[in-house]
Amino acid sequence: MIQLAGAVVLLVVSALAVAAFPRSILVFLLFQTALLAVYLARMPTWLRAALLGIALLVMMPLIGLYNGYYLEVATQVGIFVALALGLNIVVGLAGLLDLGYVAFFAVGAYSWAIFGSPQANAVFGGGFPLAPIWFYVFLLVGLGVAATTGVVLGLPVLRLRGDYLAIVTLGFGEVIRVLANNLDKPINLTNGPRGITPIARPPAPFGMPYPEYFYFLVLAIVVVVVLVNRRLEDSHIGRAWEAIREDELAAQAMGVPLVRAKLLAFACGASFAGVMGVVFSAKQVFINPESFTFLESIGVLAMVILGGMGSIPGAIIGATVVTVLNLQVLKGLSLWLNELKNAGVTVLGWNLANLPTQLEPAKYERMIFGIILVLMMIFRPQGILPVRRRQRELAARATTSEAPETVAPAR
Amino acid sequence: MDFALLANILPQVLIDGLILGFMYALIALGYTMVYGVLEFINFAHSEIFIVGAFVGVEILLSLKSAGILDGLPWPVVLLLLLVAGMAVSGALAVTVERVAYRPLRGAPRLIPLISAIGISFFLQDLIRLVESIWRNAFNLVYPTIDVLNERFELTPTIDVSLKSLVVIAAALVMLAGLHAVVNRTKIGTAIRAVAEDQTAASLMGINVNRMISLTFLIGGAMGGAAGVLFGVQYGLINPYTGFIPGLKAFTAAVLGGIGNIPGAMIGGLVLGLLEAFAASYLSLLTGGAFGAEYKDIFAFSVLILILIFRPKGLLGEVVRERA
Amino acid sequence: MCSYPVRSLLALGAGLALMLVGEAPLLEAQSKGTIKIASQSPLSGGQAALGEGIKLGTQIAIEKLKGPVEKHGFKVELVPFDDQAKPDVGVANARNIIADKDILVVIGHLNSGVAIPSSEVYKEVDLAMVSPANTNEKITDRGYPNVNRVCGRDDVQGPVGAEFAANTLKVKTAYIVHDKTTYGQGVAEAFRKDLEKKGVKVIGFDGTEEKSNFDPIITPIKAKNPDLIYFGGIYDQGAPFFKQAREKGIKSKFLGPDGLDSSDLVKIAGKAVVGMYYTTAAAPASSTQAKQFADEFKKKFGKSPEPYAAESYVATAIALKALESLVSGGKAPSRSEVAKAIRKVKYTGMTGTIEFDDKGDPKKASYYVLQVSSDNPEKWSENKEAKRLAIAAPAATK
Repeated sequence: MIQLAGAVVLLVVSALAVAAFPRSILVFLLFQTALLAVYLARMPTWLRAALLGIALLVMMPLIGLYNGYYLEVATQVGIFVALALGLNIVVGLAGLLDLGYVAFFAVGAYSWAIFGSPQANAVFGGGFPLAPIWFYVFLLVGLGVAATTGVVLGLPVLRLRGDYLAIVTLGFGEVIRVLANNLDKPINLTNGPRGITPIARPPAPFGMPYPEYFYFLVLAIVVVVVLVNRRLEDSHIGRAWEAIREDELAAQAMGVPLVRAKLLAFACGASFAGVMGVVFSAKQVFINPESFTFLESIGVLAMVILGGMGSIPGAIIGATVVTVLNLQVLKGLSLWLNELKNAGVTVLGWNLANLPTQLEPAKYERMIFGIILVLMMIFRPQGILPVRRRQRELAARATTSEAPETVAPAR
Repeated sequence: MDFALLANILPQVLIDGLILGFMYALIALGYTMVYGVLEFINFAHSEIFIVGAFVGVEILLSLKSAGILDGLPWPVVLLLLLVAGMAVSGALAVTVERVAYRPLRGAPRLIPLISAIGISFFLQDLIRLVESIWRNAFNLVYPTIDVLNERFELTPTIDVSLKSLVVIAAALVMLAGLHAVVNRTKIGTAIRAVAEDQTAASLMGINVNRMISLTFLIGGAMGGAAGVLFGVQYGLINPYTGFIPGLKAFTAAVLGGIGNIPGAMIGGLVLGLLEAFAASYLSLLTGGAFGAEYKDIFAFSVLILILIFRPKGLLGEVVRERA
Repeated sequence: MCSYPVRSLLALGAGLALMLVGEAPLLEAQSKGTIKIASQSPLSGGQAALGEGIKLGTQIAIEKLKGPVEKHGFKVELVPFDDQAKPDVGVANARNIIADKDILVVIGHLNSGVAIPSSEVYKEVDLAMVSPANTNEKITDRGYPNVNRVCGRDDVQGPVGAEFAANTLKVKTAYIVHDKTTYGQGVAEAFRKDLEKKGVKVIGFDGTEEKSNFDPIITPIKAKNPDLIYFGGIYDQGAPFFKQAREKGIKSKFLGPDGLDSSDLVKIAGKAVVGMYYTTAAAPASSTQAKQFADEFKKKFGKSPEPYAAESYVATAIALKALESLVSGGKAPSRSEVAKAIRKVKYTGMTGTIEFDDKGDPKKASYYVLQVSSDNPEKWSENKEAKRLAIAAPAATK
C-alpha cells in the first residue's frame, strides 16, 4: 500500500513540478523515476495500466506543451525502445550477436526517404514524391524491406558461430552505411553524404502539431511491438530461439529447424527497426548516412544488455536509460555547469568561469558513458530488469568468483 | 582500359599493401592472443594500439623541443620509441584486464564485450583529456625524421621510402620474435596450454591468472609497437584514430582464424593487400563508377566469401570447442 | 520483483527532489533581463576540434562586443550546446533551445546534415540561426526567413577554384579527391562541373573516408600525372594527403577550399604544402582585423583559431549588431524581431562586408585565393593573396 501511495504521489508531484519549472531537467528526471516507480510498485495490474496510461497519454503531451524538448526526448526514447526490442529478439532471445543492427534501421528510413521525397525522380524520372498519405503504406513497406534485408544477412551467416557472426554483422552494418554514402553514382539513389530532404510527413489527424503526432505514433508502434514480442516470446518459435541460444547443437539434435529459426529471428528483429526507420525519416524530414553508424549499433546493443538481455521491460528500461543519459543527464550537467559559470559562482574561492575549456563536461559524455557501461557490467551484469532465470544465474556468479553451476530453469 | 597503367602501378600497390598488412597483422595479434586464452573480443585493443602512437609522439616532441632529436641516429630513436610504446601499451593492457575483465571472467560472453566497449570509449576520451591539457591539441603530428623520408626510386613507378622499409623490417622482427616466444619458450608453451584448457593448465601447476596477464601484456605490446609504426609511417594521430584500424585488424584476425597466431599474421597481410588493391584499382577498373570509397566493402565482401567456404577462417580456429 | 528496488527508487526520487530545491534559486536568477546566444556545434567526437572553434569564436565575440547591448541593462550570455555531429542530438538540443525563452539567436551548426533538421525546429518559433560553416545549398534554398549564413556556398566556392585553376594557373588536367562529406563532396562536385565547362580535363574523381593512409589512392594519381590536384575537405585529411603525395614524388600543383584554411595545415604537412593555393571567404589574415583576432584568440585560448572560428565571430557580431538596434527601448526583443533585424544588418569585418539576400546567403561574397607562403604555422597569417573574386550567390531556384 505504501508503495502504491508513494508511487502515485511521486507521479502527481513531479508532473506538477514540471509544469512549474519547465526548464529543469532534474524535474523531468523525477517524472521519469515516477513512471518507473509506478511500473515496479506492487499494485493490481489494471491500476498499473491505468496509471501508466494516464501518465503517457495525458501527462506527457501536456508536459510537451510546456517544453517541447521533453516530448522530443520521449519520442526518441520510444524509437530506441522499438529498436532495442528488435535487437532483443536477435541477441537476447536467439543469442545471435548482431553488431550491425542499425543497417535495418537505415534500410527502413531510406525506403520512405527515397519515395517520399523528390529523390526518386532521379531514378524514375518523375512522379515523386508520393502523396504524404502513402506514409502509412510505407510503414509496412519498410517492415518488409527490412525483414528481407534481415534474411539476406542471415543466409550467408547461417554456419557461423559467435564471434564470426559478430564480425560479419558488423561489416554488414558498415556496408549498408557505405552504400548509403556512395549510391549517388552511377544512379543517384541515396544522394550520398548530402542526404535526402525534404521527406514528406503524413497528414496529422485532428490537425495535431507534429511533435505530439509523432509522439503518439511512436507510442502506438511501441505498444504493438511490445505485444508482438510478448507473443513471440511465449510461442513455439520463441522457445526455439531460446534453445538455439543456450546450445545450438543440442537444439538441432532436438529437432529445432535451425535455418528457419535463425532467419526468422533476423527477419523479425529487423522488421521492428524497419518500421521505426520509416517513422524516423518522416520525423526528421532529413536523413543522411551519418545517423546510421557503427556507434549507433553499439548503442542499441548496450541498451539491450544494460536493460537485461531477453527481457522486454529490460529492453524498454535500457533504451530509456541510455537515451536519457545521452540526451538529458549529461547535457543537463553541462548546461547546469554553464549556468553556474555565467552566474559567476565560486567553488572554494575559485571562480568556475576560469575552468579551462578542456574540462567542460559536455565533451566527456562518451567517457562517462563508458564508465557507466563498465561499472554496470561489473556490479550488475544481469542488467537492470533481467529475466528471472538470468538473474539467478548471474547474481549467483557475482557472489562467487567462479563459473556458476547449472541452475534449474525457473520462470 | 589502360592495361599498361594497371600493370605499371602493380608493384607500388603491392608494397603499399604489404606495409598496411604488416601493421594490421601486428594489431591483429593482440586481438587473437586474447581471444585464444579468454574467448573474448578485446574491443579496447584499438585504444591500446593508439596509446602506443601517442607515447611515440610525446617522446619525439620532447626530444625535438630539447633540441637533441636531430643529433641522434635514427635507429636509436626508433628503438626508443618502440620500447617505450610497447611498455606503456602492454602495461595499459594488463591494467585494463585487471580492472575491467578479470571480475567478469566466466560471465556469458556478451558481458565482457560490453565492458570492453565501455573501456574503449573511456580510453578515447581519456587520451583526449590528457592531450588537450598537456598539448592543447586534438591532432598530433609526428615530427619528421628527415633521414627516414629518403626515397629510393627503383623504377619510375616504384617508389619506396626508407620509412616503409624500416616499418616492414620492424614488423617482421617483431612477428618473428613473437613466434619464437610463443613456440619455443616455456612461457609460450604455458600460454598455449592456458588457451587450450584452463582447468587442465592450472592442474599442471600453471598460474592461470599470471599467464592471462602475460598474454595481455604481449598482445598489448604488439599493439603499442604497431601504434608507433603507424605514427611514424602516416604522421597524424588523434584520440579517435585507433578505432578504424582496430576494427579492420579485428576483421583480419577473424579472417585468419581467431585465436590462431599465424592466422592473424596471414589475415592481416591479406586484408592489407586487399584494401590497397581495392583503393588503387577500383576506380580504374570500373571507369569511375565505383571508386576508392568502396575499398572497405570490397575487403569485407571477400571476408564473407572466405567465411562462407571456410567458416573457421583461413587457417582455422585454435580455440577449445564449447562443451 | 522484490520491493527493494522500489524503495530505492523512491529514495532516489526524494534525493532528486532535494537537489531540485538547491537548483531552484539559480533558475530564477537567470531570467531577469538576460539575452542568451546559443551555439550548437560538435564538442565531442571526431569533429570536436572544428566544433570547438565555432564555440570559442562565438565566445570571444560575445565577450568583446556585448558592451553596446549590455549598456541598455541586459546581460548577454553564451549557452553552448554539443550536437555531437548527429542530427537526432541536434534536433533534441534545438527543442531544448527553443524552450528557453531567453535564447534569441543560434550560432551553428558545423554539419549541414545537423543544421537542416534543426533549423526546421528553429523555424517553428522564428528563432534566428546564423551559420558560420554550413555550406550546403539546401540550407538557404528552402527560403526560411530565419536561416542565414555568413560562409560561402559550395556551389559558389567550387567555381571560384575552377576559375582560378583554369584561367590563372592554366592547368590542362586535374584530379579531384574529396572526403565524402556533405561539404567536401559538395564543393568538389561544384569545382568539377565548372572546371569541365572551362575546358579542363578532369582525369579522376575519387572520394575517400580514409584519414591516415592515402598511399593506395596516391599511386594511381601519380601514374596519371595530373597538372593539378584538388582536395575537397578539411585540413585534417587534406594535410596528410598532400604530405604523403609529395613524399611519393608527386609534383602537381595543389588546390583546395576553405576547409584547409588553418595554420594546422602547415603544422601537419610542413613543406609539402608551401606554395599551394586555397579558396576562402575570410580575408587574408594579413589584414589587421584578422591578425588581431588571431592574436586575441591565441592569448585567450592558447591555440590558433580553427577554421570557422573567424566566421563564428563574424556571425555573432552580426547578431549582436542586430540586437543592439532592438534593445534601445529597454525591453527584450522577440525572436521574429531579431530574425528580421539580422536580415537587415550590414556588417564589415574580417571576412569582408556581409549583407544578406532574401534567402539568407551573403550577397556578393568576396572570395580570395590565397597561397601558402611558409611552412611555419606561426606565419599562417602571412599567406599571400593570389586573386580576389566577387561572386554573388545564386538566386532562388525554386
